[in-house]
Amino acid sequence: MTLQADLRVARGGFRLGAELAVQPGEVVALLGPNGAGKTTALRALAGLLPLTGGHIRLGGRTWDAPPDVLVPAERRPIGVVFQDYLLFAHLSALENVAFGLRARGAGRATARAEAARWLDRVGLAAHAKAKPRTLSGGQAQRVALARALATSPELLLLDEPLAALDAATRLHVRAELGHHLRDYPGHTLLVTHDPLDAMVLADRLVVLEHGEVVQEGTPTEVARRPRTSYVADLVGLNLYRGTAHGTTVSLDDGGTLTIATPASGPVHVVFPPTAVSLHPEHPTGSPRNAWRVTVAGIERHAHTTRVRLDGVPPVLADITTATVADLRLQPGDELWAAVKATETHVYPS
Amino acid sequence: MTSTRRRARGRLPVVLVLPAVVGLAFLLVPLVGLLVRAPWDTLPEQLFSSSVGEALRLSLVCASLATVVCLVLGVPLAWLLARGDVPGRGVLRALVTVPLVLPPVVGGVALLFVLGRRGLVGQYLDAWFGISLPFTTAGVVLAEAFVAMPFLVISVEGALRAADPRYEEAAATLGASRWLAFRRVTLPSILPGVVAGTVLCWARALGEFGATITFAGNFPGETTTMPLAVYLALETDPDAAIVLSVVLLLVSVGVLAALRDRWISGPS
Amino acid sequence: MRALVLVALLAVTGCGADSGGADSGGAEAGGAVAGKVTVFAAASLTETFTRLGEDFEAAHPGVEVVFNFGGSSALAQQIAQGAPADVFASAAPANMTQVGDAGGISGEAVTFARNRLEIAVPRGNPAGITGLADFGDADAKIALCAEQVPCGAAAKRAFEAAGVTARPDTLEQDVKAVLTKVRLGEVDAALVYRTDVRAAGGEVVGIEFPEAERTVNDYPIAPLAKARNAAGARAFIDHVRSDRGRAVLAEAGFDAP
Repeated sequence: MTLQADLRVARGGFRLGAELAVQPGEVVALLGPNGAGKTTALRALAGLLPLTGGHIRLGGRTWDAPPDVLVPAERRPIGVVFQDYLLFAHLSALENVAFGLRARGAGRATARAEAARWLDRVGLAAHAKAKPRTLSGGQAQRVALARALATSPELLLLDEPLAALDAATRLHVRAELGHHLRDYPGHTLLVTHDPLDAMVLADRLVVLEHGEVVQEGTPTEVARRPRTSYVADLVGLNLYRGTAHGTTVSLDDGGTLTIATPASGPVHVVFPPTAVSLHPEHPTGSPRNAWRVTVAGIERHAHTTRVRLDGVPPVLADITTATVADLRLQPGDELWAAVKATETHVYPS
Repeated sequence: MTSTRRRARGRLPVVLVLPAVVGLAFLLVPLVGLLVRAPWDTLPEQLFSSSVGEALRLSLVCASLATVVCLVLGVPLAWLLARGDVPGRGVLRALVTVPLVLPPVVGGVALLFVLGRRGLVGQYLDAWFGISLPFTTAGVVLAEAFVAMPFLVISVEGALRAADPRYEEAAATLGASRWLAFRRVTLPSILPGVVAGTVLCWARALGEFGATITFAGNFPGETTTMPLAVYLALETDPDAAIVLSVVLLLVSVGVLAALRDRWISGPS
Repeated sequence: MRALVLVALLAVTGCGADSGGADSGGAEAGGAVAGKVTVFAAASLTETFTRLGEDFEAAHPGVEVVFNFGGSSALAQQIAQGAPADVFASAAPANMTQVGDAGGISGEAVTFARNRLEIAVPRGNPAGITGLADFGDADAKIALCAEQVPCGAAAKRAFEAAGVTARPDTLEQDVKAVLTKVRLGEVDAALVYRTDVRAAGGEVVGIEFPEAERTVNDYPIAPLAKARNAAGARAFIDHVRSDRGRAVLAEAGFDAP
């Protein structure tokens, strides 16, 4: 039961040609700049926009294969979380969640009971009767997620699900969304322009530029071997999963990092490659994190040079061309990497 | 330090306030004239006379039925104009407003041409089913609906075009057919527009004169609505005409005020 | 083309026949006729007065006749409210009396024409109407004027005289509206003025009936007390009452007084 899509849409001057495959239980993030065709891809999968070529298949069924087959949105087993949620303003949170069940033929009482269960799962049982306009951004997002999942869809589509939230709310909602996505057994496609969302939430990234897939792979693969400067700039994050005890985080894949703000439990630690400095000797002074690394690769981009470094943990560093020359960097060189604790960002996971 | 009240946003501009006050007076002073001239002493007597009661009852019934006809036909029409992929939508939209600019009497004649005994459609209605619409209460309802429907259609279409169609898409992704999405999502979201249109439509139907008297004629108890009664009373007994007008005025203002409080006061 | 020639001829003969009368009128009034003459006239006089106005203007260069046609009662009310009129020609004496009682007319009103009702049926007379008795038939579609307007009051007198209880389907607000219903074939029969039947040409067929005698109504005309052009008003009234005026009125179906 794999989702297989060859999405071809030609509209005006814009062309989308992207192949996607999503396994059950897998979360795939479609990442790309504005205008890359992410939303077009999502709308085609949802059935809101017919393909002009290619196909969409899930398991043995074909949803779209022009010119013969087109299953309309309301007959596809999908759930969609829209960017601004599009909760029905005149319905309560409970009625919003029950809407899909009712539309798919469930009785009133059954639908309401099931909706109540879903609201409980997203922690909003107390807000069942609330109208959407009285909910906070984070609450509305959870209602939208419950509404999309309540019909047990085979394909869950999320369109910039965190974009409408302020930075503080985002942290919690992102972590929570991650939990729900891990529990969800179906296929998930997450559309976002935010690399952090993509890397934290997705099992696999598909990077779209100008309507074409430019790169795909696990977040680590993509981050470590960016193929275009867009990918390098945006996806080139150092991202680690680990467990925090105070200001120390033990990384799942080995190594420890010191962070500035105490935390506890499972977290993501993120810092940009520009926060990493390279030294021929163990650095003295302020950096709290310093460890031995080996140069694995050097890539030159427009203004900087990105150095891939193996170590515990492996790390990416962006350094100036002058520094490259000073250090006479070659693959295989041994160096010290250093990151200030204050440069790290920690997110609960 | 000054004793004058502080204003956050400066004075109201005279170029707006002055015409606004003149406009208000222009609309309200004729009503005042009507109320001043009304023979208040004989008003209760006129009010409870059977012919006034009959005309008032007929007016209310016909205007309400016409409004129902307009809702049943006009809301789907508005939806088609706002959302349907019909070619020549702009022309259709303009055509829908024709009854607004057509003198109502001409509208009545046009209805006779179509639904009259010898009309394009009416001749078959008469020959096959024995249905004759002119000079009947049904004719009044049709004439009023013809003239009033554009008010509803324009109002609902405006609301539909302002409504975000993505909510319908959201409903579709939840498994709702277009009909269900319209009923459960779109209609509730444009309800204020529908209510405003309904009120306008009802008010227009209540005051309808030209198309009604031309198409449905004038017969007490059958087709004599308040405006027709007013017009005929004006021929012989202007006082009675004023009384009838005041009654029509009070009833309609009462109904509209009640509806406004309930529906059009904006989101709470 | 032929109609045009006829109109031209009438205009020329009208000129000749009229100039004497107008002269004498002018002499009586003791002044030359000039300026604008404003005439408020019943709607049923629209065609005849328009023609007479053209004649009058042709006979009196520099004179302009301005008409305001409408329902007699509405015109009477307008005059009472101070509308600037020189002449009032009413379709019913009652409206003239109304203006006269308020001191609105100068001198006496005179009757210049009479009208009577006729049965009007659509071309072909589909319901086979022969007389007033058929107006009591429930199956026939009947249109009458409302009793509040003069043609309705006249119809009431006719039915009383004939001993018929009419069963109308509609009581129209004026006689033109009744005529429209007959023209369109929406009703089988109606009572309208003879002049209206005549004006409708071949589209409507008129049937005379004996009780029509009881429906005759007088058309009075009078100069108004507040006339700005008293000489013009008198001259126009004389013109209406001249041989030429009578001929035009008779052609339209009016009876002479």
